Amino acid sequence: MSHTGIGARVRRKEDARHLMGRGRFVGDIKMPGLRDVAFLRSTHAHARIRSVTKPAGAEGALYTVDDLAGLSPIVTRSTIPGYKESTHWPLASGKVRFVGEPVAMAVAANRAEAEDLCDAVLVDFDPLPVIASSEAGRAPDAPRIHEEWSDNLFLESGFDSEVEEVARTAPVKVTREYRTARQCMHPMEGKGVLAYWDYQASQLVVVTSTQVPHMIRTGLAECLGLDQARIRVMPPDVGGGFGYKCVLQPEEVLIAWLALTRKTPFRWVEDRREHLTAGANTRQHQYRITAYADERGRLLGLDAEVMVDTGAYSVWPFTACLEPSQIAGNLPGPYDFQAYRCKTYTVATNKPAFTPYRGVARPGVCFAMELTIDAIARAVGREPVDVRAENLVTADQMPFTNVTKKHFDSGDYPASLRRAREMIKMDEVRERQGAAEPDGRRIGLGFATYTEQSAHGTSVFSSWGLSVIPGFDQASVKITPDGGVEVRAGIHTIGQGLETTLAQIASEILTIPIDRITVTLGDTATTPYSTGAYASRGIVMSGGATSKAAQVVAGQVRRIAAHLMKCTPEEVELKDGRIFAGNRSITFADVGFAWYMRPDLLPAGVDSRGLEATEAYKPDVDSGVFSYATHAAVVAVDPKTGMVEILDYVIVEDCGRRVNPMIVEGQAYGGTAQGIGTALFEESPYDDLGQPLASTLLDYLLPGPTELPSIRMDHFETLSPYSAHGIKGVGEGGAIAPPAAIVNAINDALAPLGAELTQIPATPERILAAILAAKGQMEKSRETAA
Amino acid sequence: MKAPVFDYHRARSVQDALAALADGNGDAKPMAGGCSLGPMLNLRLARPTRVVDLRHAPELRRVEETSDRLIIGALWTHAEIEDGAMPCATNGFLPSVAHGIAYRAVRNRGTIGGSVAHADPAADWISTLLTLDARLLIHAPDGERQASIDTFMLGGYSTELGDDELLTGIVLPKLSSRGRWAYHKICRKTGEFAKAIGAVLHDPERGLTRVVCGAIERTPILLEETSAALGRAGPQAAAAVLRDEIDRRLSDHDAVFRQMHHTAVDRALAELGSK
Ligand SMILES: Cc1cc2nc3c(=O)[nH]c(=O)nc-3n(C[C@H](O)[C@H](O)[C@H](O)COP(=O)(O)OP(=O)(O)OC[C@H]3O[C@@H](n4cnc5c(N)ncnc54)[C@H](O)[C@@H]3O)c2cc1C
Repeated sequence: MSHTGIGARVRRKEDARHLMGRGRFVGDIKMPGLRDVAFLRSTHAHARIRSVTKPAGAEGALYTVDDLAGLSPIVTRSTIPGYKESTHWPLASGKVRFVGEPVAMAVAANRAEAEDLCDAVLVDFDPLPVIASSEAGRAPDAPRIHEEWSDNLFLESGFDSEVEEVARTAPVKVTREYRTARQCMHPMEGKGVLAYWDYQASQLVVVTSTQVPHMIRTGLAECLGLDQARIRVMPPDVGGGFGYKCVLQPEEVLIAWLALTRKTPFRWVEDRREHLTAGANTRQHQYRITAYADERGRLLGLDAEVMVDTGAYSVWPFTACLEPSQIAGNLPGPYDFQAYRCKTYTVATNKPAFTPYRGVARPGVCFAMELTIDAIARAVGREPVDVRAENLVTADQMPFTNVTKKHFDSGDYPASLRRAREMIKMDEVRERQGAAEPDGRRIGLGFATYTEQSAHGTSVFSSWGLSVIPGFDQASVKITPDGGVEVRAGIHTIGQGLETTLAQIASEILTIPIDRITVTLGDTATTPYSTGAYASRGIVMSGGATSKAAQVVAGQVRRIAAHLMKCTPEEVELKDGRIFAGNRSITFADVGFAWYMRPDLLPAGVDSRGLEATEAYKPDVDSGVFSYATHAAVVAVDPKTGMVEILDYVIVEDCGRRVNPMIVEGQAYGGTAQGIGTALFEESPYDDLGQPLASTLLDYLLPGPTELPSIRMDHFETLSPYSAHGIKGVGEGGAIAPPAAIVNAINDALAPLGAELTQIPATPERILAAILAAKGQMEKSRETAA
Repeated sequence: MKAPVFDYHRARSVQDALAALADGNGDAKPMAGGCSLGPMLNLRLARPTRVVDLRHAPELRRVEETSDRLIIGALWTHAEIEDGAMPCATNGFLPSVAHGIAYRAVRNRGTIGGSVAHADPAADWISTLLTLDARLLIHAPDGERQASIDTFMLGGYSTELGDDELLTGIVLPKLSSRGRWAYHKICRKTGEFAKAIGAVLHDPERGLTRVVCGAIERTPILLEETSAALGRAGPQAAAAVLRDEIDRRLSDHDAVFRQMHHTAVDRALAELGSK
């Protein structure tokens, strides 16, 4: 029998239905009496609502905030000192704070008719001055987005271990300003929610496209004033989450309220235009960084000031402050230095509420840090890889606690860099750069090394002051009467392959092949509690819980089998999906049969918990297990057009034990594709009036297959000392390094022209502008010299 | 993002379509491939009360050859042109441009007439047809006329077509066997509209020497001096005067924009030189 346990490269269980178009997403569901909902969204970024006039005859079909009897706003609490809460009414109350904010909700037989109703509503807006950037939000005389606040900062925070001394004495000093664009996450399936009242269970059933069903139940209960037992969150197939679906959505609250109030089914499915405007909610950072180093480029200290363009509201439950906390905590990267200061400003602006996206802050901090490393390398005249190697935490320092108290558990960071250098054939690239390209393009090479804190748990989230803090994750494992297995976990499957990998972990323990293991996820009525799928935690947390529950069940199986085979439990061995005692064997079905059908065969005093166990798990050290990788890119830049082609791309990653190597590769490919989008294409620009300028996919470019290079990959497997099976998370990593590696490569290509890019995406316009500016500089200095 | 209610009329002939448009009192819109009209309806940017589907009017798919002209109906799709479904009068120019439009799914539906009538400044056909000095056939309720592509497009998304008029065909010159062309477009990614277009045609036998710069956020422009230099002294001479002409004609744009367009045309000239 082929091994389907940990480490097996098996095909994903979930793919068959998706490849055949048999998935079941919110948009696929048909139900008698289902009504569609459309939202009338604000066309103003900041305005008082003088009045909303509904068309005649729209009673019962159009709702504004005044109609939402019994509903409470979303208020996200945090114990972080200085944090300001926002009151977020799912339909705007009194004023609107971003373009796309829902103002009214229309209900009709279909979406088109619901949109017709929205069209007929008249909203009288009284425009207010708009805050369309972090700078504008921090201006002393800035208008307030939330009137009751003293300024527009959700939070001003940071980290300080004193940099004054190195600032005075360091021989090398490099200062840069960096900007990362605002983005949309673009899961293939947008948000979607359907809700109805289940009379039999006397429950509100919310079928929602979410990563975090159990948390959503808690959030909905708070807003609806309902007992949690009266709510069942039943997520269907979810077409990608990336963070977009890890927070309580105003639309989720509204559809649930409609179903609760009217006791009939309602649905809303986000369309791409809504996503592009009301969903432009992530990634936008601005950095000012000064790095101090010695003549070899050894980092002595880092002084940073960072602004996050946070949008108008604080998302539930992660708050507006997750991003700045992650920025301040992760900016030092995989490097070993002690003097560090980072001030963060979490600025409220008239844009959609900032939401954590795959990699959470780290694509930005990796971009800022890794560009700074390359800038130091240029300043000291060394190879950027050598300067990196000089600064990386080494294998013999592990476990290592860095300046911000990140506890790196295991790994060999410099080895990943060396391997990437070897795979990308650095020496050949350098040689090629010596000769001119026949097509006039310029070749560049860039590296980026990062760590991915994964499955960080209680201690980390409580230090961020959140009101919902992950603790133990639970999973149930059960042997069926015919010897199959059912696994249940409260985490949800969103495309990351958990239906397969949790089955593989159960298979590892029980030796039963995964095609006899059924995995049920997410439904609050049938699965034990988990805070959900985010923070690269699923495989560590739910995987650990599945492993633990499977081990308990294996013990039960052994004891019953020992009785049936007349031997001791110690003599029983589970192997190849059977149960052995020496060379005699029985099947799991024999044990299942005895437990369920023929209890007369069971030993006296048999453990009454039977062939089923629910176990809770968290790693021994809950500060996270650190995956890491080095990405290396070779690019060709056309200095006449600013176009970039990625000629080669290499990833050397280490996520501990790989439960399914193919899924690990898939996560790295997919994440890297998104990272390439961040690096070169994706941007949601706003004008000064807070109007989103990218409202269709003509304006917002996503990379497609033809824009992606074939990525070459290598893996290390350094087990984590803290987690079950030594597994680390891998969901986010791919998205972290590409902007840094690619822009470092672009800057390497542009260095001979004196041009340097510090902003993403690296569009042809920005690259050309940098080249033209450098040319102007050179001409000017030549004139002054002459 | 769903369209508001409208009537749908499937026209069986040009006359039928014209009548249906006239009947709509300015509120009717013709639909060809629907690639642009469809999204505009869904975004509720276009709100016609009636949509007149042109795809079943046989005259709009005619092909007519004379000694020096090829006339094709407006409803030929990009994919059909790419595949050579009709005779090619342009030494491969049209099929090559068609091949570079969007991706096959769009080319299967989008039509040359729809593209020209839509008049997106970044679209490929308007720049191509300007380079070829093509003429357009227009049917109005009171008869048929021809328009020059130079004057047909009034600006971005704006043409001289009236609400009750149809673009019915394209009149293309037949190039001589020595006629050469080159087309260079700069796009961010496959299938994306152009950021800059450079198009060059050199057919002295037919008296056609034209250099065009397109995707300039308004009607593409014929670069007269560069064209003259090309006719007089070849691609290198043309390239020598190009920078000045671009800087002058695109002086309302920034240096980056001009650089990109200069490169597109410069490369088209270089490609022509190497043909
Ligand atoms: C994703 C995508 C990518 C694209 N990329 C490119 C590209 O790279 N290059 C490029 O050139 N184009 C591109 N296009 C445009 C596309 O190729 C079509 O040319 C364009 O959408 C219009 O053609 P259509 O036949 O679909 O016209 P429709 O959408 O049916 O009509 C467009 C407009 O023209 C009017 N109209 C249509 N036919 C006539 C007629 N015969 N007489 C009068 N009025 C008429 C309609 O009323 C409407 O206002 C792209 C389109 C999409 C959707």
